[in-house]
This record gives sequence, structure tokens and C-alpha cells, in this order.
Amino acid sequence: MTLWAAVLLACGLAYATKLAGYLVPPAWLAGRATARALGLLPVALLAALVGVQTFAAPGPSLVLDARVAGVAAAVVALVLRAPFLVVLVVAAAVAALVRAAGWAA
Amino acid sequence: MTTAPPLAPHRQRAVLRQALVVGLATGLYGVSFGALSVAAGLDFWQTMALSALLFSGGSQFAFVGVVAAGGAGSAAVATATLLGIRNGLYGLQMAGPLGVRGVRRLAAAQLTIDESTAVGIVQPEPSGRRLGFWATGLAVFACWNLMTAVGALVGDALGDTRRFGLDAMAAAAFLALLWPRLRGGEPWAVAVLAAAVAILCVPALPAGLPVITAAVVAVAVGTVRAGRASGRTAS
Repeated sequence: MTLWAAVLLACGLAYATKLAGYLVPPAWLAGRATARALGLLPVALLAALVGVQTFAAPGPSLVLDARVAGVAAAVVALVLRAPFLVVLVVAAAVAALVRAAGWAA
Repeated sequence: MTTAPPLAPHRQRAVLRQALVVGLATGLYGVSFGALSVAAGLDFWQTMALSALLFSGGSQFAFVGVVAAGGAGSAAVATATLLGIRNGLYGLQMAGPLGVRGVRRLAAAQLTIDESTAVGIVQPEPSGRRLGFWATGLAVFACWNLMTAVGALVGDALGDTRRFGLDAMAAAAFLALLWPRLRGGEPWAVAVLAAAVAILCVPALPAGLPVITAAVVAVAVGTVRAGRASGRTAS
């Protein structure tokens, strides 16, 4: 699949998912197990993405590098209720500093 | 059905102000998406296509995250689509309050995201819910796309993005999106399980698949455990 095909397919599926919400009868999701599973899905996906983005390296392999310091700084910023963009800037800045100082790759 | 009383002027201003604030705040981090997307190897127009057509921050970050990790296009599509399922649930919730048909329904679907649903659903009066949804959806759409373009142009100029910690920023973006959802023990348990399974799968599976595998495992375990717990209380 070319990158353009993947981009457009993802866009089409995203729109179809959004529109489906308006077209299916509300009773369709009445099953409690289904509703619960769908409610937990974003949490599971986002947590998995945090783990992979923090520790995965090409290979594929696991590494400890400056990203860990950046993510730890992001946790502190989130605990201090910093806005989204501040959290991101703090994470990038700390990782960049750790690399510039030569403490980690 | 559409004969709800009009919104009082002061309420109209309050809802519009809320929509604008959310639009600007959300739109701002379109900069980070734009920069990460070009760093992942997407070109300017692919990046803009995601913001204009896919238009769902979490799915967009997920798509470029999988591509950046060297994952296949199909894995990027699958991760983005799974993360977008919640928008379908929002549509289910907003269909009644909005009462839209035809072209307006097609437009409402595209604007159905976390922010527009959140601002819309909390308004006490029906006309407030409609105004909150549309105003927030349009404000986020405009700011998000504008700032994505800025981010994509800046990201292109940065060169080696690791030097600026952009890879750590990607991880932090998912963490910040996850953070408000971690209320209560169950989301925490699912999150920790999913992160652990994903990390353990990294050396064993092609890029992109650890995330999907971990999400499916964590949701299945969470659902089965909850089912057992409610079965015990029922009997």
C-alpha cells in the first residue's frame, strides 16, 4: 500500500465511522459488554502507543534513551495540570537537553 | 422537533466563547501534529489531508506514529481506525440532540470529535447543545487545519527532529490524550496492561502490530473481568 493510499483509506474509514453513529439505531449498542469494550478501547490504544513511542527503536528493538526523560517530564507537567501544548513542549525540551548534554542517545 | 426555544443572547455568547476557547486551545497543538507528521515522512499535502479529511487528533497522531516507527500502511490505517471508533459513539449520542438530515448530517458527521461532542453535550438547553456542537466543531476544524499547515512547514525546516526531542513529544502527545481518561481503577489497569503487552511485543512483531495486539488483549481482559464481577453481584 502506498502512503497516499493509506492516508486516504484512513480518512475514508474515519468518516464512515463518524457517519455510522448517525445512521445506526441507538439500540444497536445496547449490549453492555460491547459498550464497555468500546469505551475501554481508546484507553488501551493510547496507553499502548505511549509504551511503544517511548521504548521502541528500529530493528525492531527496545531501548532506553532520552525519550524516557522527556516522558517523565511530561508526567510531572500533567500532574501539575499543565495545558496540552505545554506538556508537549516540556517533553521535547527535556529530551533535547538530555541529548545535547550527552547523557543519553 | 426543531421548535426548541431560541437561545438567550447571554447564553449564546457564553456558548460561543466556550467554543472559541476550545477551538484555539485544541487548534494550537495542530502545530505538533504537523511537525511530527512531516518528521514521520509524510509530505505537506498528506499531512493536510489527514487534518482536513480524517480530522480526529488521536487517530492522526496514531497514524503518523506507526508510519514513523516503520510500520506498514495497513497497520497505520488499522490503529487510526480503531482509535476513531469512539467518534461513532459520539455520533450515536449527538444524533438526537442535533436532529440533522441530508447535507447537514454529512457535515455534522465530519465535525464529530471529542471536543465538539464534549462542549455540545454539557449545554443544558437543546438549542445550546446544537450551537455548542457546531461552533466548537467549526472552530477546532479551522484552527486545527491552520496550525497543522504551520507545523508541517516548521517541521520541514527543522531537519533532524530528534535533536529537538520531537520523538519524545510524540510519546508525550499520546500520554496527554490518555491522561484525562485515567479516572478510576479500571482505566488504569487496562492502560498498564496495554502498555506492558505493547512493549513486550515490540521485539517480536512488525512495527504497528504491538499496539493493536495490546489494545485487543487489554480490552478483552477488562471486559471479561468486568463481566465476571457484575455476574457475581447479580447472583
